[in-house]
Amino acid sequence: MEGRWTKLALRIWAALILLFLFIPILLIFFYAFNTSNIESWPIAGLTFKWFTATWNDSDVRSALVLSLQAGLAATALALVLGSCAAFAIHRTTFFGRDAVSLLFILPLALPGIITGIALNAFFNFGGITFSIWTIVVGHATFCIVVVYNNVLARLRRTQGSLVEAAADLGANGFQTFKDITLPLISTSVVAGAMLAFALSFDEVIVTTFTAGAQSTLPIWIFGQIRHGILLPEVNVVVSFVILVTIIPVLVAARLTGGGGAARVPAAR
Amino acid sequence: MAVKSKEAKPEAAGGQSPHPAALRLHGVRKNYGHVVGVDGVDLTVDEGEFFTLLGPSGSGKTTLLRLIAGFERPDAGRIELGGRDVTSMPPHLRETNTVFQDYALFPHMTVGENIGYGLRVKGVPAAERRERVERAVRMVRLVGLDKRRPNQLSGGQRQRVALARAVVNEPEVLLLDEPLGALDLKLRQEMQLELKRIQKQVGITFIYVTHDQEEALTMSDRVAVMANGRIEQIGPPLELYERPATEFVAGFIGISNLLTRDGIKFVVRPEKLHILLEEDSPEPGMTVEPGVVEQVIYVGQSTRFNVRLDQGEPLVAVRQNTEAADEALQIGGRRIRLAWAPEHTYVLDQQQEPDAKPASVENTKEK
Repeated sequence: MEGRWTKLALRIWAALILLFLFIPILLIFFYAFNTSNIESWPIAGLTFKWFTATWNDSDVRSALVLSLQAGLAATALALVLGSCAAFAIHRTTFFGRDAVSLLFILPLALPGIITGIALNAFFNFGGITFSIWTIVVGHATFCIVVVYNNVLARLRRTQGSLVEAAADLGANGFQTFKDITLPLISTSVVAGAMLAFALSFDEVIVTTFTAGAQSTLPIWIFGQIRHGILLPEVNVVVSFVILVTIIPVLVAARLTGGGGAARVPAAR
Repeated sequence: MAVKSKEAKPEAAGGQSPHPAALRLHGVRKNYGHVVGVDGVDLTVDEGEFFTLLGPSGSGKTTLLRLIAGFERPDAGRIELGGRDVTSMPPHLRETNTVFQDYALFPHMTVGENIGYGLRVKGVPAAERRERVERAVRMVRLVGLDKRRPNQLSGGQRQRVALARAVVNEPEVLLLDEPLGALDLKLRQEMQLELKRIQKQVGITFIYVTHDQEEALTMSDRVAVMANGRIEQIGPPLELYERPATEFVAGFIGISNLLTRDGIKFVVRPEKLHILLEEDSPEPGMTVEPGVVEQVIYVGQSTRFNVRLDQGEPLVAVRQNTEAADEALQIGGRRIRLAWAPEHTYVLDQQQEPDAKPASVENTKEK
């Protein structure tokens, strides 16, 4: 058993780590309300003017729309392909199944820069013009993985005899899927979709290599930081992105009962 | 071999005049790679019969049940349900229902929805469905629990839901895969009687899988004892116990005392052995052999004596404690004689022993 002092020391250590992780993020929130456009501490005063300025900035708006569209499309693609792959791997046994499963998961572990460069080269090779669809394909590579992982984990936890029981009671394949399998995996599908969307919404690296002239929200932020002109607006946008990404992650963690769900975004 | 246990059966309306057997298996065989699951089984089960497949784990009894349900396809042989060949029919089209060992209740449905699911997928109208579910809920004594989820029920209650969910469909044959295995002893004994009552009430053919010989003897009309994918013997409980055909059956059902005398291998059940002290004399015609009481075990309603015969074999004798057992406990370590009537011994098939040897210590079989 650890003593009282060890316990106390551990608590302080944990608190320090949390502060280290979250103080920079809190700082962004504060700067978003800063009256001055120079980032210095303490902030000069509180204002909402950057929020109105950001909302009226047409570049930000079009970037936001593109991010939402790309995120939704990539998520939809991932939902279909990821859950189908999970079913295939769960239900069948064939030579090399584990290897195939690893190949499905690999894009998540692969550095974004590799995925990005590879896709960029491939699109150029195929003579495909860069557009929202090239972004969608780029994002789908890792979105599929989170859906696949979530659904497969749920399928593995589900009692195998349930499907047999449904068949035994007279349900055909379609009825069994509709009445038994789908309700049992539905929360894992939703959780996978939310994580996929969150991943897509703040993706920079793969997007850089697969986007055309348009900017997604993270790309716009990246550009502004380099130019250093609209930093207060960047803070507003970043605060917004944080909220949009964190909410689905929290919901997903809830739906899958914590644990596994929270680990997935951290892997990237 | 197949002894009919029921002459008159409650007749279902309609059908051809010579009523077909509820289930018939012809040379059914199923291998898993090189492992034999079921090795050529022939079997006929009558309508309304409570039929048990009894055997140790790995004997093929559960595989046989899964073949009947349609979850597995046999490598060879034919399966008939109610006279119809169903060998290659998928499970959802078969007129069988299964009570699974792990119950396999749908966790996202209430008790009522679980029980009504089979009727729902078959398109039974809602009103009739409600009525039949209600009747099933009453039959398994779960009134008032039909709105609960399976995870809000005890093990025994889940077991009843699984039973109701299967029975409500009125299948030709109900398959039960060790349904009482997860329950504690008291509940298990209670459910044994309950199952028997329900089977009589609905008149459905039950095929029951268990490794528990007592359960098999208590409930069944007939029992098939299985070992290594084969049926060793089929018969009513009394016949299996009193006249086991093979050494395996004798050993698996009850305590069996195996002896070889003059090259003949035979079984004497413990309760048929008389313990004679010095002053006692055997009844006329009995076989008498001397031995030593090595151990006396008091089991409440009876007392068990582990005896070593002078010829070498260990035998178990059991005596009901009709009177106080104090005096019986005193004979540990004493020399006694065991006596039995020849008509209470049962000679086993001699197939394992082609050349019979005279009785000797080498033939001793340890239990």
